[in-house]
Amino acid sequence: MARYVSFRDFDWGLLVFVLLICGLGVMEIRSATMHTKFAGSHVRQVYWILGGVGAMFLISAVNYQALLDRIHWFYIAAVASLVAVLLFGQKYLGAKRWIKMPGGNHFQPSEWVKLILILAMAKFFADLRHRDLSWSDFMKAGAIVVIPMLLVLKQPDLGTALTYIPIAIMGVFLGGMQWKQGLLVVVLAAVGVGAVFFVPRVHVLKSYQKQRLTSFVDPELDPQGSGYQVEQSKIAVGSGGLWGGKGSQTHGAFLPVPQTDFIFAAFAEEHGFVGALGVLLLYFVVLMRLTQNAQTAPDRAGAFVVMGVVAVLSFHILVNVGMVVGFMPVTGIPLPLMSYGGSSVLFMFLALGMVMNVRMRRFVN
Amino acid sequence: MFGRDDKVSEIRLTAAQYMILAIFLVLAYGLWRLQVMQSGYYASAAEKNRIRNVPILAPRGKILDREGRIIVDNYPSFSALLLRDSSRDLNADADLIAQGLHLDANEVRARIRHFVSMPQYQPIFLKEDITPDELAFIDSHRNELPELDTIMAHRRLYPRNGFMAHLIGYVGEVTEDMLNQPQFELYNPGDVVGVSGVERQYNNALMGQNGARRAVVDSHGREVGLLGETAAVPGKQLKLTVDIDLQIAAEEALEGKNGAIVAMDPRTGEILAMVSRPTFDPNDFAVRVSRDEWNKLVTDPDKPLLNKAIQAQLAPGSTFKIIMSVAGWQEGIAQTLHVNCTGGAEFYGRRFGCWLKGGHGFVELEKAIYQSCDVFFYTLAEKLGIERIAKYATALGLGQKTGIDLPNEVSGVMPSEEWKIKNFKQKWFAGETISVGIGQGAIAITPVQLMRAIAAVSMGGRMVVPHVVDPQELPPGYVETSHVTETKNIPINPDGWTFITDAMSRVLLPEGTAPSAHIPGIDIAGKTGSAQIVSLATRAKFKNSEALAQNGWFVGFTPRRNPDIVVCILFEGGEHGRLAARLATQVIKAYVDKQRRLPSKMAEKEEKEKQKSDGEVDMAALWTAPEGDKLEGGRYVVKLPKRPLAVATAAPGLPQ
Repeated sequence: MARYVSFRDFDWGLLVFVLLICGLGVMEIRSATMHTKFAGSHVRQVYWILGGVGAMFLISAVNYQALLDRIHWFYIAAVASLVAVLLFGQKYLGAKRWIKMPGGNHFQPSEWVKLILILAMAKFFADLRHRDLSWSDFMKAGAIVVIPMLLVLKQPDLGTALTYIPIAIMGVFLGGMQWKQGLLVVVLAAVGVGAVFFVPRVHVLKSYQKQRLTSFVDPELDPQGSGYQVEQSKIAVGSGGLWGGKGSQTHGAFLPVPQTDFIFAAFAEEHGFVGALGVLLLYFVVLMRLTQNAQTAPDRAGAFVVMGVVAVLSFHILVNVGMVVGFMPVTGIPLPLMSYGGSSVLFMFLALGMVMNVRMRRFVN
Repeated sequence: MFGRDDKVSEIRLTAAQYMILAIFLVLAYGLWRLQVMQSGYYASAAEKNRIRNVPILAPRGKILDREGRIIVDNYPSFSALLLRDSSRDLNADADLIAQGLHLDANEVRARIRHFVSMPQYQPIFLKEDITPDELAFIDSHRNELPELDTIMAHRRLYPRNGFMAHLIGYVGEVTEDMLNQPQFELYNPGDVVGVSGVERQYNNALMGQNGARRAVVDSHGREVGLLGETAAVPGKQLKLTVDIDLQIAAEEALEGKNGAIVAMDPRTGEILAMVSRPTFDPNDFAVRVSRDEWNKLVTDPDKPLLNKAIQAQLAPGSTFKIIMSVAGWQEGIAQTLHVNCTGGAEFYGRRFGCWLKGGHGFVELEKAIYQSCDVFFYTLAEKLGIERIAKYATALGLGQKTGIDLPNEVSGVMPSEEWKIKNFKQKWFAGETISVGIGQGAIAITPVQLMRAIAAVSMGGRMVVPHVVDPQELPPGYVETSHVTETKNIPINPDGWTFITDAMSRVLLPEGTAPSAHIPGIDIAGKTGSAQIVSLATRAKFKNSEALAQNGWFVGFTPRRNPDIVVCILFEGGEHGRLAARLATQVIKAYVDKQRRLPSKMAEKEEKEKQKSDGEVDMAALWTAPEGDKLEGGRYVVKLPKRPLAVATAAPGLPQ
């Protein structure tokens, strides 16, 4: 009954689009860090991407059902690692996010927790026996996500904690959410968004972000209170025009961290509306291809895994690009596949590995 | 009810797709709004967005001696800056700029080209430490050359003539290599950091944090507003354990010679003085050292950049006999050993000579120490064997780093059978043990190691870690050097160390090896040494050339019981330990004189100079005589009362 699982069923088309986005990211990192002390970051990024592709092939070879059967252990390990960060973590710029590993490397557990949560949600909803979601299951699903979320908030890392929410929402939505539950989710989201928008300058910016901001923010030059970084980002994007410009915002160091959180602004400045829309289109193709894979998944669990990845990816894009164009506040969420950073790149490729895993087994059973 | 194989609702998946499409449409609208609808507005906003970032340089912390007297200070100086955000043609102005700043016009153009790819708002440093007339040039050309500006910097002012240069170290611009290392992650190109010595070891405490002034400038480069200013945070002041008075005495003692002196408080490990000769003047490096000068320093055979106190690895010569005595006593051999010295003896079929050709006659341990009889220690070494010698020498810290809080300390070598097999793949020859017995052969130590070992013997086995900064004086959170307050206890029999130190105190008496170094009234216990650099036969071949002369050693402490200072001197090419002893006792005398509140030698000299000029003062006066109101006048020479003699108030060359 078990059919032959082969890399012929691997989604090569998806990989091509993903690598295309990565390539544009590397190009922009190179341009944005030229003549700064981060010069050479693009080379490191290429190494991360190569490592990510390798990890993707590895993880796609392990049957995801085997992973799902042991998910409770992974979940316990995930929560334990977050507790460990709070207890033994390295403090950097006011937040404890990293654990120092032997050999001088740093490890940020909150990224791989995302992956565990996607699997945990998939397992939880795949095992449910009812077409409609009961209130108790609704609460249980919420608890699975809220526990690690609170631990990450304690670090404090608002941005990463927020990325756990769409996993829960997507799970609940596909798992048979009733309209009352939907209403509750909408109300909670509204309260959350309100909190992010209106409390921020007191609460959110308390620690590391404030350090980054205090030297820039000047109330006199910032009458709308929308923040210096967002203003600079809007100037960068806007001055790019239709076809792109010379990038004085990026190269004049007006744009903060142009190689990580604001890479899309840097790209939009140098390549204009046409370039930026092209990148959005690439992301859209990737997301549509992913949902298609969810539809052809061999079982419910597989579909939930793929849609969990879709939820995280679209949320990242929404918050990051939304911030760049001035719709969202600064939360420190990178743009997946383009932004510089090992943890983020590795997470994306591991998540894609899970998707490939599901796809390669679509004819099994 | 449905089973595992049931699919997820198609409708909801499609709904998710539409949701994603909606998100992308919103984002695309955001881009459209900024880049197409309002692109004109943002293009001009970007044009206006010119900010000039002028650094405010933080001064480094001062370095003080143990009594708070200034050793290293800063002096204000001006650097010429070239602002590049104005619309002026810099290349056309280069000739005038070069002329005014006494630079080469091509060099100025090359520098502009070199920085062409850097952000425009970042100014270029054209010339550091400019002269008053160059400063005046910039001020008077504000209108013709608006792109020229000045910035105040705090430059390091070091004591003159290389006083204490090795211990203090010097600063320099952070290099590309350093920036790539993780510990310099937070530094920026152009930052001035400690490159050697205390400046490097305690860079994090000494270095301040630069501030910045962010000014908005128009397209002509004129400042039209101030965005914000972050004040500079000055570096922390650092108090050393060194005593300037003692340092002066030590510097004087080695003046014109090669070698090193270290003085330490054996109770705490606090370094009181540290000198290495020849020296260099770190003031030459405070701006920028020229390539020629640097090459000269690096290639000098006397190695002026080397801190010989912690980096010279040499044979300890006869000073090692103290370690031998301790080992011999602990093993119960030395106290009963009697030898008849006839000027040499034969071991393993080879004759080993005593330094006294006529021989010492009948010798026991005490005489062997103060007369430094080689034959006695050859015999002791033979009886002990290399393993037991190495055991005690290693316990006393020889052949290992002492852990002193200065960068680049070297470890030296304490040979053993294991060491020989590991490094030479050869068996240890018993004959080598004989040479080690008098501190020759493969053994190589640093002056600071030897001093620490003898300090431990003088303290009855209590061994400290030498250090130049008391960790308690450091800003909180500085843990890198907390180990320097740890002590170790080396078991030494109390009878043994009383006997050995008593014998050491006879070294400076008429019967000892260094009677000429004796200072009446000061009870110094010590040991001389002279170590061959090459064998005597090779030396004869080179006709006793000075480069191959023997090194003189002396290590001593005072008082004999519960000492409070131990001094070690390496006198390169000093031929005999007694010359080294004479230099060391000068330092000890300066210390004791200070303890006894006698004027220090240096301060006395300065005082004499002062007395010469202002001891007698010419003065004219008008007064009314007591009887009658007749006004009288006259010229008098008044002798000013002798002022009480004072100790130094700052290192030479620093503001008093």
